[in-house]
Amino acid sequence: MKRRIALLLASAMLLTSAVAGLTSCSDDEGGSGSGKKGHVYYLNFKPEVDKQWQELAAKYTEETGVQVDVVTAADNKYMEKLTTEIAKEDAPTLFQISGVADLATWDEYCYDLTGSDPINELSSTAYALKNSEGKIKGLGYVSECFGIIVRKDLLEKAGHTLDEIKSFETLKAVAEDITARKEELGFSAFTTPSLGTGNTWRLTNHLSNIPLFYEFKADGLSADNPPATIKGTYLDQYRQMIDLYLNNATVEPSVATGTTVDDARAEFIDGKAVFFQNGDWEYGNITKDGKVTNDQLAMIPMYIGVEGEENQGICAGTQAYWAVNGDAAEEDIQATLDFMKWLMTSDTATTALADEMGFSCTFKSAKTPQNYLDKFNNDYAVAGKEVVTWAFTAQPSENYQLELGSALSSYAVKMDDASWGAVKAAFVDNWATEYAAAHE
Amino acid sequence: MGKTLRKNPLYLLLFMIPTVAAFVVGFVYPFGMGIYLSFCKFKSPKHIDFIGFKNYLKLFEGGTNSERFLQSFWFTALFAIVSTIAINVLAFTVAVLLTKNFGGTNLFRTIFFMPNLLGGVLLGTIWKILINGILSVFKDSLTNRGIYGFIGLLIVLLWQQIGYMMIIYVAGLQGVSDDLKEAARIDGANSKQVLFKVTIPLVMPSISMCTFLTLTNGFKLFDQNIAMTAGLPNHETEMLALNIYNTFYGTRGQMGFAQAKAVIFFLIVGLIAILQLKITQSKEAD
Repeated sequence: MKRRIALLLASAMLLTSAVAGLTSCSDDEGGSGSGKKGHVYYLNFKPEVDKQWQELAAKYTEETGVQVDVVTAADNKYMEKLTTEIAKEDAPTLFQISGVADLATWDEYCYDLTGSDPINELSSTAYALKNSEGKIKGLGYVSECFGIIVRKDLLEKAGHTLDEIKSFETLKAVAEDITARKEELGFSAFTTPSLGTGNTWRLTNHLSNIPLFYEFKADGLSADNPPATIKGTYLDQYRQMIDLYLNNATVEPSVATGTTVDDARAEFIDGKAVFFQNGDWEYGNITKDGKVTNDQLAMIPMYIGVEGEENQGICAGTQAYWAVNGDAAEEDIQATLDFMKWLMTSDTATTALADEMGFSCTFKSAKTPQNYLDKFNNDYAVAGKEVVTWAFTAQPSENYQLELGSALSSYAVKMDDASWGAVKAAFVDNWATEYAAAHE
Repeated sequence: MGKTLRKNPLYLLLFMIPTVAAFVVGFVYPFGMGIYLSFCKFKSPKHIDFIGFKNYLKLFEGGTNSERFLQSFWFTALFAIVSTIAINVLAFTVAVLLTKNFGGTNLFRTIFFMPNLLGGVLLGTIWKILINGILSVFKDSLTNRGIYGFIGLLIVLLWQQIGYMMIIYVAGLQGVSDDLKEAARIDGANSKQVLFKVTIPLVMPSISMCTFLTLTNGFKLFDQNIAMTAGLPNHETEMLALNIYNTFYGTRGQMGFAQAKAVIFFLIVGLIAILQLKITQSKEAD
């Protein structure tokens, strides 16, 4: 009896696995058979809008019958996820790359978008990412800007106005005046520069965009074609800005090394600091509790003391490019392109992207999101100030940024020339090292 | 049933298939692939070029790469040794206390075991906030000095692992017959002698087990490391696993090199684990 049960169980096991194998086979055929609809698999980069993407994908499926799967990588784990997912048989058909340095890695996977429908829907060709051969491989879908976000109400309470701040010198004067009367006013000039682990990106990526932008400009270089070495021409200005942040923040420099961007944002919302260096993507976070409203907010350029900075505007650009997997089945590629076109043109999608995800999209038919901070980018541009394009996307690797962050964190503890030497090495020398390693 | 199995080896094979298949798919294949990739250069999984021993040579040619790896190795080794000793001494002490007859031992065992159920990144993050909260009073923070990171990591690992090791020790201690201890006492042994001459030799298998687990855990520590210090300041608290991870994901084009480091890492941990097992097992009482 026992023997018979054992046999029965064993054969049942084998059968089910065989059946499972068969059904998965037939599934595959259904998906990739010629003349079929194809499907879309989008690997999403932004965890904060995962829910919105899922809903949008469901709407598209409902409308067209085409299956769209959205998978979101966890915070800071996008590269890891993409590396493993792309190797799978059922790889993402639509994924994201962050710029030209990233494209060098993924180029061979990227479908040539030159002349495709989605590219024609872009509001400007500046948002088309080209590889070294001039083929369009990425579509920048969201434009973002960053600078110094200001609590206007606090600034006025301290007896200053936005009009005063036109350069590093004037910014410094205001900040130091606030620091001198910190106790009396009850707030500081700057939020913590947040040099805690994994939180240095505001300084390593965004602030360093200013010295890089000016250096590239002076040397006739472009972030689209990253140089193998840099000189660090404007490092002194970078240092004086970091000193300004450290000396006029809510916390001591040696404590700032243990703080996060979340801490900085909380200080800004709670009215403990006037200035918060960050981007328009923070708008939702800043205003969601209703403690801070539009009339209290402004954004100003990051003045670090470069000659001619009176003409400097806000930093605007994109670090979010859609790329289509060229290895996907033909009908899947077509389905993906159709999906992209729908995202860029349909009322449903453009509304969701603007209103629910808060993206300033780069499409001809894009809707304007309710992001008050974007207004300042436009205001400066309209006033004839130069839009600072994104140069930091040329930074050779993630390790370059980590290394710079680590050096800045050590600098905050001592703030002397020796520790600045390490920052300089991380900024200039390590650029060459990492560039060589990444292009090996 | 046993007889049937022995009579018909086909059954044996049949029942082994699922486990063997899982083992091959989940371990043997990735392991072999990993070794193969350590001899290759690759940026993405599409183009893999075989380049022989170049990745390994890079690790031994000196320069920043070798220095950092070596620095990580010594930091990791020191951490593994200190944490192994501390965890086992404390876990054993707690286990001895919790096998005495007093009320609430089960409750305490549960409480001590609980930290082990939390994930490393979560633990690391929570403790980082706690420690930074305390250090900020003294105008300082966890990543300002390497020694802070070392102590911080040690505290987290102790808090997390003492409970788990304690459970193993409790099981071992409960297996020591009271008759033996009583006999020793009648022969005039004091409580210290009973512990060192009777109890410890008899729980030696548990000690082997626990030192093996804690030593290898110490060497492999990653989650807590990345969450708490991420190697700061200046790579001083970067352990081997994190060093490999940063090489692999931080700079494109260095993935094969990271893979070679990982193979060396495997050999080091394997060798140390075997040595340790040999030493502690030789002390086990028959």
